[in-house]
Amino acid sequence: MRLLQYLSLLLLTLTTSFAVIASDDDFPKISNPPRLVNDFAGMMNAEQQAALEAKLLEYEQTSSTQIAVVTIKNLGGYEVSQYAAELGERWGIGQAGKDNGVLILASLEDRRMHIASGYGLEGALTDIMCGRIIRNEMVPYFKQGDFYKGFDKAAEAIIAATKGEYHAEKDYHHGKKKLPAIVVVFLIIMILLIIFAISRGDGGNGGGGYYSGRGAGDIATGMLLGQLLGGGRSRGGFGGGSGGFGGFGGGSFGGGGASGSW
Amino acid sequence: MKRGLLITLGIILLIVVYSGCKIKNTQNELVTLDENVKAKWGEVENQYQRRSDLVPNLVATVKGAADFEKTTLTQVIEARAKATSMKIDPSNLSPEKIQQFQAAQGQLSQALGRLMVVSERYPELKANQNFLDLQVALEGTENRITVARKKFNESVQGYNTYMRKFPTSVIAGMLSFEQKGMFEAEAGAEKAPKVEF
Repeated sequence: MRLLQYLSLLLLTLTTSFAVIASDDDFPKISNPPRLVNDFAGMMNAEQQAALEAKLLEYEQTSSTQIAVVTIKNLGGYEVSQYAAELGERWGIGQAGKDNGVLILASLEDRRMHIASGYGLEGALTDIMCGRIIRNEMVPYFKQGDFYKGFDKAAEAIIAATKGEYHAEKDYHHGKKKLPAIVVVFLIIMILLIIFAISRGDGGNGGGGYYSGRGAGDIATGMLLGQLLGGGRSRGGFGGGSGGFGGFGGGSFGGGGASGSW
Repeated sequence: MKRGLLITLGIILLIVVYSGCKIKNTQNELVTLDENVKAKWGEVENQYQRRSDLVPNLVATVKGAADFEKTTLTQVIEARAKATSMKIDPSNLSPEKIQQFQAAQGQLSQALGRLMVVSERYPELKANQNFLDLQVALEGTENRITVARKKFNESVQGYNTYMRKFPTSVIAGMLSFEQKGMFEAEAGAEKAPKVEF
């Protein structure tokens, strides 16, 4: 009986905590590994997505300015401008402090789009400029159904407008702050291995030749294990391997940008 | 006898020191939260000012491009004058003050909304690049206002919630910190200027 009560209580807490999270469901989570192009509505094919991602990534790595392209099925009752500002803020597109993120958002069913500029880019990429990019670069191609071309043209125009505004620091794309974590993990594994080896050595007080042989074998297994473990960690930490997108930097949005429809 | 007195005195001293520390910490926290609210308020005012600054340009463009309905324009100009004259002291963001501010700005929002709706009837305006740009600028400003208001409300909520808790409520009363007002959602009034194109 006690167990049943306990279980029902546990279930209750679980369901209520899910109910709280559900309000966040209006906004998609950052994909894992993180990407700059997130085609949730399937408006582009795989090659187009890859081409766009490569273009945006190249610009990100030289300028640290993050331009994200997101497509969604519908806005769920939100105003497109509010949805874009909220999503940009939640994901933290752009670098913290610089606030140099841009979000190009398109909602397929509503046929609405929005270019949201982060705080730090409102001067270089004004609302009026965003409006013109939408009217002149995006809408014509969107009307023809060539979404990729529209996004690509918009990205080009945004890159042209924001070029030189920010620069990437020298050590920018060396995995950011994640590298030290991996180093720490390796160090811990190494220390553990040494302790392990020493304690094993102390324990085996039998024949000298025998225990030293066994100790060496253990170190070898340990090393192998450590390397496997370490490899797993580093893959997770980098998120898509070296040279890939390192994740959003925590930029902030204040509602700048412009909307349009097609 | 003497030992009992000493212990009592010691306990009283401890209580005094503890509550002194508590009051100091609470005051520091309140000041931090208060400053945060003020900063967010500055941003709200800034964005409303930005909208005000757009109005003369917008009026001039509309006037120049078309033989535009006079009453709509007059309403916009009057509402702008009223909204800009409404200044609030950031150290007194009481619920009444915020409400007054919101009402004054709400009138300008409605007047601008009407202007945008009426302008739809003038094809020469819809083909005017300058007008289209101003429309985008106005829309962007409205978005910024919405974001600034949301951030302001969040900061006020944090401040008010902290203040209401016991024993902070008592200490805040002693140090004369007061509850602050928030923007309230308006039925359609704020949404009016959002013109669909």
